[in-house]
Amino acid sequence: MQPARPRADEPWRRGVRDSLPFATASFVLSLSFGVVAVESGFSPVAAVVMSAVVYGGAGQFALVGILSAGGALGSAVGAAALVNGRFVPMGFALGPSLRGGPVRRALEGQTSIDVSWTMAARGDGTFDRTYLFGHSAVQYVAWVAGTLAGVLVPGMDARALGLDVIFPAFFLALLVKEVRNGRRLVVALLAAAIAFALVPVLPPGAPVLVASVAALVGLRENWR
Amino acid sequence: MDTTTVWLAIGLCALITFAERAVGPVATGGRELPPVVTRVVVLLASALLAALVVTQAFADGDRWHVGADTAGVLVAGVLLWRRVPLLVVVLVAAVVTALLRLAGVP
Repeated sequence: MQPARPRADEPWRRGVRDSLPFATASFVLSLSFGVVAVESGFSPVAAVVMSAVVYGGAGQFALVGILSAGGALGSAVGAAALVNGRFVPMGFALGPSLRGGPVRRALEGQTSIDVSWTMAARGDGTFDRTYLFGHSAVQYVAWVAGTLAGVLVPGMDARALGLDVIFPAFFLALLVKEVRNGRRLVVALLAAAIAFALVPVLPPGAPVLVASVAALVGLRENWR
Repeated sequence: MDTTTVWLAIGLCALITFAERAVGPVATGGRELPPVVTRVVVLLASALLAALVVTQAFADGDRWHVGADTAGVLVAGVLLWRRVPLLVVVLVAAVVTALLRLAGVP
């Protein structure tokens, strides 16, 4: 019997496989986005296109929520930019693990989405880029397909079905994996406290961005 | 909500999000991060995820809010800590939230 040869596409396949359970949750979440967007006055095509070109749930919900509440275009776009502002520090973390020139790096960086980014992290500050691509590809398909399903289901009340808790439950799942390490638990608690305290003070999205400063406790060497 | 506003909002949001995802990878190039930055980076996910969960579960826009969804997320937290599979957790959290809303909890 021949020993199994290591395969070049192995991390990509692992990424795809690991992504599947999360893809189910993403599908239901984006389904609820499709429902909410159409209820808010988006055309079905606009809702699906938005999922395809933005590919960031929190920002999409923020934009639709503010527009449907009668908010101005500027405040809706600004809120979405703030909510998605976390992609900036995430991109700086991911950057050194990507390849190629500026254009290719910019494009590779588009695969960054919370769940895939977190799971592609090796824990030493570097990322497995092929794993990230596989993981993110499945998330993307689930995200767009879910929105499509949502706009085709007329009159479903996503809130009454409790579908809005899928999003936080999903992130909590990732967080629980992270914080079994004591140092990260302290950072998470600190960030949670900062975000909570800033809710009534800052516009939606900004507390999350500011709370990322909790990671600065890492500046202290040998801290535990 | 008129069609022009919707499409303009989608276009601007897509461009900004693209730029937000691109700036880090382009700016860092192929360089390695200094060790001190790496120590911060490995903690970033925990901070961002915790902040996302808290603002989803305990806030409604720019107001603090405790309701059926808060209970659903707390139940999810307990189940996840006890290593219950994600799909079961998500399902139970949604059912708890839906039942509480049915009972009149906001």
